[in-house]
Amino acid sequence: MTNYNILIAGFGGQGIQFAGKLLTYIGMYTGLEVSLYPSYGPEMRGGTSNCGVNISDAPIASPLVVSPTELIVMNAPSLEKFEQATVAGGKIFYDSTFISETAGREDVTYFGIPVTKIAEENGIAKLANVIMCGKFLKETGLCDIETAAPIIKKLVPAKKPELYDLNMKALEMGFGL
Amino acid sequence: MAEKILMKGNEALAEAAIRAGCRCFFGYPITPQTQVAEYMAKKLPKIGGVYLQSESEVSAINMVMGAVSTGARAMTSSSSPGISLKAEGISYIAGCDLPAVIVNMQRGGPGLGGIQPAQSDYYQATKGLAHGDFHLIVLAPCGVQEIVDLMGKAFDLADQYRMPVMILGDGMLGQMMEPITLPEPKEEDRSAKTWATSGTKGERKHNIVNSLYIQPDELERLVRERYERYAQIERDEVMCEEYMVDDADIVIAAYGASARIAKNAIAAARAEGIKVGLLRPITLWPFPKATFAKAAETAKAFLTVEMSMGQMVDDVKLAIECKRPVHFFGRTGGVVPTPAEILAEIKKIHGGDR
Repeated sequence: MTNYNILIAGFGGQGIQFAGKLLTYIGMYTGLEVSLYPSYGPEMRGGTSNCGVNISDAPIASPLVVSPTELIVMNAPSLEKFEQATVAGGKIFYDSTFISETAGREDVTYFGIPVTKIAEENGIAKLANVIMCGKFLKETGLCDIETAAPIIKKLVPAKKPELYDLNMKALEMGFGL
Repeated sequence: MAEKILMKGNEALAEAAIRAGCRCFFGYPITPQTQVAEYMAKKLPKIGGVYLQSESEVSAINMVMGAVSTGARAMTSSSSPGISLKAEGISYIAGCDLPAVIVNMQRGGPGLGGIQPAQSDYYQATKGLAHGDFHLIVLAPCGVQEIVDLMGKAFDLADQYRMPVMILGDGMLGQMMEPITLPEPKEEDRSAKTWATSGTKGERKHNIVNSLYIQPDELERLVRERYERYAQIERDEVMCEEYMVDDADIVIAAYGASARIAKNAIAAARAEGIKVGLLRPITLWPFPKATFAKAAETAKAFLTVEMSMGQMVDDVKLAIECKRPVHFFGRTGGVVPTPAEILAEIKKIHGGDR
């Protein structure tokens, strides 16, 4: 049974909503049921952003992600907010550029990757989010790079084909970590 | 079948309206439904339609009234406080027997309230939106595909019965994205609207659109005629989803986003051996009374779940004539109930039943 309840959170500008869209598209085009619920509330106005993505082989009931099976966090306040809500056996992906310590739960698996640092070093500073998605794909087995490629093509605007190459570079980089 | 595309509820709603032949949109921005207006602003001018951001909600609804008087398919969209401002105009539209579609993506109230999802405008939509004896047909989608499907239906029902139809959603439905299939675009057909004030060209007697009737007898006759139409709608247009009700000891009553969350709780309850089902009214008016009455023959108890302090719960009690206990669980002010909270309520009721 396939069932991902993914929560993605970070600062506004870190590409949280795009990462959510990317994973949702991948779920949809690999034939699974999906939903994406972005935050639009007062927390957004405070400069943080989050979204919940459900990917499942069964119809999705609630679009809310209250207890994520996978948590992706790009800043320390987001980890603090959602770390304990993550289910036992879940995976927590965090940007270790900004997060130096976790609560060290023993019933979840942590993947601390300095994605922002890696992105800056490789001249794709705005694509730390996509590098993290690559790592997510690898660790969850949602899909491989070959399957993701045509989906990324659909996601980037047709008028900016160069974005496809950059996004693929970032995704592959994350997948290889 | 057309390829599935991923769309936000608000944008899918606007596209579905255009495909249903709607070419006139009048509105005033308010979170969480502003994307409806945004989408209309981008699209309508390119296809010969009219998009107009009015100076207030009051003028927006009166612009809708003007447009539909001419036979055009027109709509407006808002969220809770904005709908209150539109109430007067909606009463006039009902009193003039005009078709119009009004969208309410509810947020927390009263007053300006908040901007997060709520269902606290149920009474307003189904019981007393404004002055006078009248009803709106109230449609409550629970997902983006259903928003699309009901949008086309809303315009058809409005035309068929010459009355205002409301899509009652909430912030969650407006903001969430889901894969959808869009219907083929439909041309607007005004040929049956012989009552429209569309210009006589000197060839026929002029039509009058009016809601002022000074003679009580005449006004009573018109209201009674309207209620005959309402009776027909109550017979013919009721929609309700029945989910795992047949063997259910406890039946949850919920609409819209609450129903989606309730389904998670139902799965969890059934995994623990508690037989729970769901009745999800898709038409809030007319309320699916017969479906509830039938469920009351087999269910031991009902649990109404709403994002409010309890409004639809009254209709559930009326529909089953209080033959079974009707419990209530709600969160309000923009707080969305969690499946775990609903499951806890189910367990409480289940424990009490034994």
